[in-house]
Amino acid sequence: MSGVLTPVLTAHWDQPDSFTLAGYRREGGYRALEQALGMPQADIVTALKGSGLRGRGGAGFPTGVKWGFIPQGDGKPHYLVVNADESEPGTCKDIPLMLATPHMLIEGAIITSFAIKADKAFIYVRGEVLHVVRRVQHAVAEAYEAGYLGRDILGSGYDLDIVVHSGAGAYICGEETALLDSLEGYRGQPRLKPPFPAVEGLYSCPTVINNVESIASVPSIITDGAAWFAGMGTEKSTGFGIFSLSGHVTLPGQYEAPLGTTLRELLDLAGGVRAGHQLKFWTPGGSSTPILTDEHLDVPLDFESMAAAGSLLGTRALQIFDETTCVVRATLRWTEFYQHESCGKCTPCREGTFWMVRVLDRLEHGNGSEEDLEKLLDICDNILGRAFCALGDGAVSPVQSSIKYFRDEYLEHQKGGGCPFDPAAATLFGSSR
Amino acid sequence: MGGGQLMPFSEEVRARLDPDADQIIARYPRSRSALLPLLHLVQAEEGHVSDDGIGYCAGRLGLAESEVASVVSFYTMFKRHPVGEYHVGVCTNTLCAVMGGDQILADLREHLGVGDDEPTPDGKVSLEHVECNAACDYAPVVMVNWEFFDNMTPGTARDLVDGLRSGAKITLARGPDHLCTWREASRILAGFPDGRAAQGPQAGPATVIGLEIAKEHGWTAPPPPAEEPAGAPPARRTTREARN
Repeated sequence: MSGVLTPVLTAHWDQPDSFTLAGYRREGGYRALEQALGMPQADIVTALKGSGLRGRGGAGFPTGVKWGFIPQGDGKPHYLVVNADESEPGTCKDIPLMLATPHMLIEGAIITSFAIKADKAFIYVRGEVLHVVRRVQHAVAEAYEAGYLGRDILGSGYDLDIVVHSGAGAYICGEETALLDSLEGYRGQPRLKPPFPAVEGLYSCPTVINNVESIASVPSIITDGAAWFAGMGTEKSTGFGIFSLSGHVTLPGQYEAPLGTTLRELLDLAGGVRAGHQLKFWTPGGSSTPILTDEHLDVPLDFESMAAAGSLLGTRALQIFDETTCVVRATLRWTEFYQHESCGKCTPCREGTFWMVRVLDRLEHGNGSEEDLEKLLDICDNILGRAFCALGDGAVSPVQSSIKYFRDEYLEHQKGGGCPFDPAAATLFGSSR
Repeated sequence: MGGGQLMPFSEEVRARLDPDADQIIARYPRSRSALLPLLHLVQAEEGHVSDDGIGYCAGRLGLAESEVASVVSFYTMFKRHPVGEYHVGVCTNTLCAVMGGDQILADLREHLGVGDDEPTPDGKVSLEHVECNAACDYAPVVMVNWEFFDNMTPGTARDLVDGLRSGAKITLARGPDHLCTWREASRILAGFPDGRAAQGPQAGPATVIGLEIAKEHGWTAPPPPAEEPAGAPPARRTTREARN
């Protein structure tokens, strides 16, 4: 029966051999590939468009539309690049997916490559997750042995090679054009768009860059149909997605549900905020999405509703913080992260994040003033929308939203001459849990 | 050998690295794409990216050493100085920090008496703070040679580094049967598997919690429409069978 949760991507994660080819095939794996190889490529793109699947890496751009931008008959090589560089703070869905069912990603990558007429695909996997790298390498090797990769795949005449490429530690490489520069052997710095990667991507050739979860959603759309997928979720945010609950919640973990589910529904399943505590603030989709509070427990977790509530759906990385958490400390730490990860290419982001750390640090330690809040908001205005990529925009999110909802808490730090919170009370081990 | 530059490393080392480097370069339509895996490879050789390592990569790809050095300095996983045989990363991004990562890092710094990326005198362990490592449902998280150690406390983290230094058997909850060394890990990242992908579980407890709750309630995704998509062979039945 349909319920609050709709496991599709996660449906077989509890099988001990789910990561093997045998385990994946036992659950119907690679049937979608057989089906897709018998379809005209344009029909696969049409099916993806019809499903309404929107990119699961955070930005939410329609996947089928992205595929449709690839020029046809242009005589250039086409490439698929899978963005497996999961590193947005709070986001922890692609890593367990690749650990548990890497073949679902491989199958989706083969179908996608076939649809966009690419004969080479790259999986750019984050380097700092060794066992995930092992599992993806292993799955690719198994797929070659089974004839799902290489020459004349399943007798279709279609050839495809997949290269697993490990990153080397840089958050910015999750940004699609920075990822391309990194894959080309350069510092991972974003490119100005246009031209978009669909026209000039890897090696200036037409390139589709999709997130792991987007690609892993492709096989089920092929077998069960675009209408089935679009029948879940909301009108403009269709389908299912993995919601990752973390932090001060009784049962943190991965919950797969239709888009449009609410945090209240998910928290109920997850046993609520840890015993004896209350929700203070949360991120809907990673640290780059403005924080929300308990006022927003019933806002549907879909692209439109989150935007209307002043935030973003992002990667559905639901980081839960209870009343023991200092919001100034949280914001300072996120801002330190953005300063560290700013690639340095654009002045507003490079300098702005640097100065925001300075100001937030003095606020957290009680040496700031109310004027500092205006200074922070002014710096935010000078970063937002003024850099090549969205890293700077992301850096602004926690600062603006925390001041919006917790201005008084910033001021209490100044009145009391320091942070009024006990960090031990917020820890996993210093609490009653 | 590209560029006709003087090749660093001894002949013996080059003889060992060259076939691997050839294989890496052959993966890519353009050779420069091989730079990151080549850097992982020289890091596997020496434990860090030395001037020789930079020179080797530059020579193989026909790049200036300065071009290679500017790439090395961009990526935090490339170390320009030796680190420990076991490199320990404590996540101190906001969520892990709040859940206890800050205290774990402070404790380990004091316990080991080392600075960032600095190995202990026995060369066994080095320490750094890392950014979000995509395991927030297991916070606070500690990484050793890029393997997960979940739900850590200052006590379990201290025991872990003590065990790494004394050579005790370390159990991984979501990884292979035993930890590989820093250099072995770098080799895997260069694209040379160690044959241990099938070890360890498919998932940890937090990963499957949502699935378990769905099964308890009998919840599944809705069945697809009765009609198969036009012209399609029978679709896979598994998700539907599970629902029935």
